[in-house]
Amino acid sequence: MSTSTTTRRANPYGKVGQVINELDDRLGIAKGGRTLLDKVFPDHWSFMLGEIALYSFVVLLVTGIFLTFYYVPSSTLVVYHGAYLPLVGQKISQAYASSVDLSFAVRGGLLMRQMHHWACDIFVGGILVHMARVFFTGAFRKPREANWTIGTTLLVLSIGEGFLGYSLPDDLVSGTGIRIAYSIIESIPVVGTYVAFFLFGGNFPGTVVLGRFFILHVLLIPLALLGLVGAHLFMLVQQKHTQFPGKGRTEKNVVGTPMYPVFMAKTTGFLFIVGGAIALLGAFAQINPIWQFGFYEPARISYAVQPDFYMGFLDGILRIWPAWQFNAFGHTIPLEVTLPTVVFPGILFALVYAWPAIERKYTGDNELHNLLDRPSFRPKRTAAGVTMFVFLATIFVGSSTDVIANFFKVSLNTVLVEMRVLTFVLPALAYPITLKICKELQGFSGAGKRKTTNIVTRTEEGEYVATPAPVYVDDAHHELDALPVPTFVIEDDELVVSTGVRRAER
Amino acid sequence: MSDHEQRTPVSLTGLSADAPHLQPLARRPQMVEQVITVLFVFGLLFTLLFGVAFVQNWAPWTLGATLGTGMSLFGIGIIAWGKYLMPRGPFVEERHELASSDAEREAFTAAIVERGGGVIKRRKFLAGLLGTGVGAFSIVSLFPWVRSLGPMPKGTLFHTDWGKGSYLVDISGRRVNVSDLTIGSLVTVFPEGMEHTDNGQAVDQTVLIRVTNQDFTTRKGRETWAPQGYVAYSKLCTHLGCPVGLYEQELELLVCPCHQSMFNVNNGAVPTFGPAPRPLPQLPLMVDANGFLQSQSDFHEPVGPGFWERS
Repeated sequence: MSTSTTTRRANPYGKVGQVINELDDRLGIAKGGRTLLDKVFPDHWSFMLGEIALYSFVVLLVTGIFLTFYYVPSSTLVVYHGAYLPLVGQKISQAYASSVDLSFAVRGGLLMRQMHHWACDIFVGGILVHMARVFFTGAFRKPREANWTIGTTLLVLSIGEGFLGYSLPDDLVSGTGIRIAYSIIESIPVVGTYVAFFLFGGNFPGTVVLGRFFILHVLLIPLALLGLVGAHLFMLVQQKHTQFPGKGRTEKNVVGTPMYPVFMAKTTGFLFIVGGAIALLGAFAQINPIWQFGFYEPARISYAVQPDFYMGFLDGILRIWPAWQFNAFGHTIPLEVTLPTVVFPGILFALVYAWPAIERKYTGDNELHNLLDRPSFRPKRTAAGVTMFVFLATIFVGSSTDVIANFFKVSLNTVLVEMRVLTFVLPALAYPITLKICKELQGFSGAGKRKTTNIVTRTEEGEYVATPAPVYVDDAHHELDALPVPTFVIEDDELVVSTGVRRAER
Repeated sequence: MSDHEQRTPVSLTGLSADAPHLQPLARRPQMVEQVITVLFVFGLLFTLLFGVAFVQNWAPWTLGATLGTGMSLFGIGIIAWGKYLMPRGPFVEERHELASSDAEREAFTAAIVERGGGVIKRRKFLAGLLGTGVGAFSIVSLFPWVRSLGPMPKGTLFHTDWGKGSYLVDISGRRVNVSDLTIGSLVTVFPEGMEHTDNGQAVDQTVLIRVTNQDFTTRKGRETWAPQGYVAYSKLCTHLGCPVGLYEQELELLVCPCHQSMFNVNNGAVPTFGPAPRPLPQLPLMVDANGFLQSQSDFHEPVGPGFWERS
């Protein structure tokens, strides 16, 4: 080796060349580095959705670190002598006092707090739309099931992280949220009271919970998120991107723009845009004004407050679930709490985790897939996804029953009964309607393209003739053209005789 | 811009400098350069303005507005640069099969099974002993992570600080007299001395309502519990433990703002609407010689939401 390094010809690229020579001698970066720079990223707007989540996570880390310098995770009562005059002289917890001072006394603090909260909502929202993209285009199929699992875990963790985060300021709204969380834990049969007492260090509210939530929120869960995001991206690089079918695109290649410099420019620009958008939201859209809510005292409560949006489906189902309580053999199971907030999310996320396996079992498809599906060409999967979305959206709306009743001037009772009915009716309608729309869309290959005009010409004899104009140049691409139907899928009730593959429905 | 889709993708390597795939997408690159210049200049201006706003300690929204606008302008400019002035492609990269060859797979499996497995198989007893030890260690080492976190619940959830003769005081510690409330009004009360403790606030909180001028009975067996029309219920909702903080005076309903459970004050706070499954526990009251309200005893059942151990 030593002889070969000395006899190498000089790198013609000046200072950069020297640095790379030195590094490559020691680390051997040139070969892998070149592959990385040449890595091709397919171009499609929907691949940007995951980047929204990734870059709002970056904003969360940066703003979050800033907030830890000022926040005090303690429920010890102090007499407030800070910048917010209406509170001066009152006995409030250090956590609340430090959160209020962080907003008013620290320069840039309010912006950082609001950006952190907005970035969190955008982070969870970004994960959700990214997940929808992956689901509806079939990107979770073999070989990417493990990455679907990691992604789902990221969603679960970020929802929990968000709840812990908005619990920390110890304001009246978040304190009520913690109270509800305590009661939900307590409702678990057999072990519930023990888990609640261990987690809170005793009966609610205890004195240790803010400290424990703090270390979970700023260290343990962020570490887990970082590790899983790393694994998510590593797998993506290892397995390469999926892509939509199109000219020159096959299962065995990736078509698009190279990492360096084109994709790098686009994605860096997008990082700036996501950060800029969050900064503008933090500047102009007030979020979680804790000084208006007041500090938390367990005997006080606020009216018409909702949790952050990603907890809305749980709050909604709590409201519309009937008051069933199991009570026998000297024991109580609060089914009105356990079923909607423990069993239901358990089943929901188990279904999400298991979906790739369920679909593989159903279709018998064990092939590797790198080309994406058009959602309309997988009507049952698409309809199942839409049904789940409609169901979750309905119970999400259910978390505002009181606001709806006030707004439309109808009785709360009516709203509640209607929400209970809609929870069943809307998903039941969503499935067949989606199925029908998908099948209709399959009917014409030009779906998603503009209709061409007819050019009417007058012949010498005075006859008018209509001829279709050529396809718009923009529409001439092949991305949205119909896919060949895979061999494991057969048309509705017609039997495909020739292939001899196992029968499955589409 | 559509010709991106129409051209056949090529490999990145071995392209000559004038290859069409390496040309920018923009038909008039100078114009794009000018637009990007404007974006970058204004991006820089807003970034500098952020610095000024911070140093001058302007209002918080000016910080976000300058920072956000500056970042967005730079972002749009960089993307335009990447999209219109860099090689337009499209380029193709072959996927390499992830799976290894059969021989490699076999060699790997053999290494695990034969080399490692052989060592263990020959010492089954030792391996079993080690496995048991590791299992026991992983369970035992969890103990401090669970048990040290908090006390056992024991009977904590079954009683409150209310007892025989506890005076009802409001949040400022003042005893409540029968002459204090007008009919239809209410006050949150605590057992005397507990009004500023965590347990007093979170567990003992009780809502005292004056419903009529007369003694009245909410349910059979509670004839003496509501002297002179004063009735007291635990303020903890039986659904999820939120304070039942709203009172609908005309209908005489206590309403929980969290999930809209409603409790009828007249018949022992039986839930009339919403997800709460049980009535609010009623606190038996009495009046001392000076007209101050006291509790006869603790609540007769656990307060707050349901849990496994309650009957």
